[in-house]
Amino acid sequence: MAEPLFSVRGLKVALPDMTRKPLIGRAPLAEILKGLDFDLPRGSVTGIVGESGSGKSTLGRALVRLIEPSAGSIGFEGRDISHLSEAELRPLRRDLQMIFQDPMSSLNPRHTIFNIIAAPLRQNGLGDRLKERVAEALQRVGLPQSFASRYRHELSGGQRQRVGIARALALSPKFVLADEIVSGLDVSTQAQILTLLEKLAAEMGLTVAFISHDLSVIRRLCQQVIVMREGVIVESSATDALFDNPKQAYTRDLLAAIPLPEIDADWLRPKAPA
Amino acid sequence: MDEARIARRSLSPRLWLAGGWLVLALLAAVFAPLVAPQDPLAQDLMLERLPPFWLDGAEPGYWLGTDSLGRDLLSRLIFGGRIAFIVAFAAATSACLLGSTLGLIAGYLGGWADRMISRIVDVWMAFPPVLFAILLVAVLGTGLSSVIIAIAVIDWTRFCRVIRAEAMSQARMDYVESARIAGYGRIGIMLREVLPNVLPSVVALLSLEMGIAVIVEAILSFVNLSIATDDPTWGGIIAEGRLSIHQAWWVLVFPLVTLILTVLSFSQFGEGLKARFDPVLR
Amino acid sequence: MSACLDIHHLSAVLPNGQRVLRSVSLTVQPGEVRALVGESGAGKTMIGKAVLGVLPKSVRIVEGEMLIEGEDLGRLDAKARRTLIGARTALIPQDPLTALNPSRRIGPQMTDRLVRILGWSGERADSRIGQLLDEVQIRDPERVLRCYPHELSGGMRQRVLIAAAFAAEPRLIVADEPTTALDVTVQKQILRLIAQLQRDHGTAILFVTHDLGVVAKISQKVSVLYAGKVVEEAGTADLFAAPQHPYTRALMAATPRYTDPYASLKPVDEAVLAGLAAEIAASDRDWRPAHG
Repeated sequence: MAEPLFSVRGLKVALPDMTRKPLIGRAPLAEILKGLDFDLPRGSVTGIVGESGSGKSTLGRALVRLIEPSAGSIGFEGRDISHLSEAELRPLRRDLQMIFQDPMSSLNPRHTIFNIIAAPLRQNGLGDRLKERVAEALQRVGLPQSFASRYRHELSGGQRQRVGIARALALSPKFVLADEIVSGLDVSTQAQILTLLEKLAAEMGLTVAFISHDLSVIRRLCQQVIVMREGVIVESSATDALFDNPKQAYTRDLLAAIPLPEIDADWLRPKAPA
Repeated sequence: MDEARIARRSLSPRLWLAGGWLVLALLAAVFAPLVAPQDPLAQDLMLERLPPFWLDGAEPGYWLGTDSLGRDLLSRLIFGGRIAFIVAFAAATSACLLGSTLGLIAGYLGGWADRMISRIVDVWMAFPPVLFAILLVAVLGTGLSSVIIAIAVIDWTRFCRVIRAEAMSQARMDYVESARIAGYGRIGIMLREVLPNVLPSVVALLSLEMGIAVIVEAILSFVNLSIATDDPTWGGIIAEGRLSIHQAWWVLVFPLVTLILTVLSFSQFGEGLKARFDPVLR
Repeated sequence: MSACLDIHHLSAVLPNGQRVLRSVSLTVQPGEVRALVGESGAGKTMIGKAVLGVLPKSVRIVEGEMLIEGEDLGRLDAKARRTLIGARTALIPQDPLTALNPSRRIGPQMTDRLVRILGWSGERADSRIGQLLDEVQIRDPERVLRCYPHELSGGMRQRVLIAAAFAAEPRLIVADEPTTALDVTVQKQILRLIAQLQRDHGTAILFVTHDLGVVAKISQKVSVLYAGKVVEEAGTADLFAAPQHPYTRALMAATPRYTDPYASLKPVDEAVLAGLAAEIAASDRDWRPAHG
């Protein structure tokens, strides 16, 4: 089997816990990730699922090195990037891209869509043929070329998220982190965005980490799933195996808690004591 | 769209009235030698305490009357506007550059830079500003540049505090992280992502600060600590007018009205500009 | 017997004349849960606010009537209307954090309504709240009542608000996306609680949600909204067995289902959206506001 794109070993992240910050002095550190081991195979889409407080977003931010781990290693193409400085990371940024949860907050209101998509290109030595490249990026996500001169407030929620995708994919990265990218969208828009990402990931051979609180969107998109809870991996396996035969009670609870759009009179009955 | 309508609505009266007065006053000040009907320094005891044009005993050519030395009040106000506007622009711009830069750094970088800058601001703001100004001018000596330096040195904290808070809220936005993902460094992010978003506040504050600078300059010349020459200043005229309030009220009232209108216009103009730019993009 | 809530041809406009509610009619019978489902901008929250008399100032009702247990809200003066709404209805809000005052303890916030609006004695209110906290399965009510809102988890806060909503025995509860901000496992507990209390107290609920999954589990009747218009209205079982309107069908196909990944997550067809736009335009063309 080919070498995985990401190979994570013993990953720990500790962040200042502002809720316990004393009046004077620094906030104590709280361990958000408590030693994670996993691989992300090349060209695969991996779902990372968990409820609030599971550490899934922190894990994503550590993968693209927006935050620095406190221990462990993040192997990216065989190189440990866990403690690289901002300057050392810069040449790698081209391959480590991210799509954000809130398309409103992730687009600067003062920049045109053209400038937003062009920013990573300019910064990574692809500043020539900018017009062409931005046009290509817009076309890829199914937005008309006229959108280049618009601002974020002139776009709908789904269109903004398309811009977010266009920006992340403009550099043809090796890895894309998708952090809850549909949780703020309506169901009809959500379906469009997910099928778009599904199509582009396959076409471009992207490796994607798809973070979500919602297991039901993960089955369609992902080849394997990592279930997290309170900073540890509860279960990690191929998607079909996880859905058809969940091994851990927590995974089963998560699945059972999803209200499927079908009539089921027993769903709300109190659980019979085991 | 609704947003377009908001933008158009906020262009109206406030911005026009305030901007109109400022443009008028500024043009008059710039072209003072051409516009002023009389020499502002020319004394003529035959013409002392002439009333404004609509009262009995007014002389043509002395529209707002004269002071106790027979100097034309309108001309003195127009020439006084020169000092007022020079101080307003120079002092406010210096305070703005200093304060906004430090505020941007403190707010966006956080950490020790923020702690240090915030501490300085706290200490600075513990001084009563007018006393501080008088003290500074006393040390620096009177003169136009001293007044400008004093105002800038005192009032940069006003910019620093507001811009720091705004930069902090900007720093939490996803587009800041997105710029890091795109490969931008700290300075790049500060200039490209944060600065454009705090600019409306900077502009509004700058305009407000110009008004404040006009007041501070007036206060300093009122207590005779501004410029030492005979050039008329609004504060100086007010100080003289105060002495002859019972014989010639206009010498006090017209400079006061001019001062109030100008200060009010600066603050309203700034708020109007901010409102004009904000709702469209937020 | 009259319906618990009866809305006839309710239309509302924004200051620029744009209609946000388009002749909405719906009823909620005593003791039944009616879901209002739709995407953002569908006007579902607006209807809930209209019922509770808390529409934003910019929204003006231009026609239609609302009856709570047969009493026409439009015929009452402002004070009588507030009293009626206060006595017969309650709200379970979307965001339990902003619905609670952060600087006051939970206890007084919960009894306030009972004491101030319904004129109960302090003791009666306290014992009633104690009883309800027990019903929402809060194990140490004394501690919870002394807490400030930020000291409780999201699920606990929502339990507190559910208890507060049921405390005054309202005839009708408006539940405005009460589980949207919660984790799925907590959502299930909260839905279970709402269903349980609803059955025990015989309360009617107008349940606003964007999630067809939640609709299927909690409601007996459902109205599907699009752009302030009810496009389909049916019994919940019937709706899921045989959705009639193309938009309802499209919504169902778009809703993710992990049990059937390839039949779900279907983007809404352009033709459906065009059909909806035409339908809305047609209803606006025929519409003349009956100015009062």
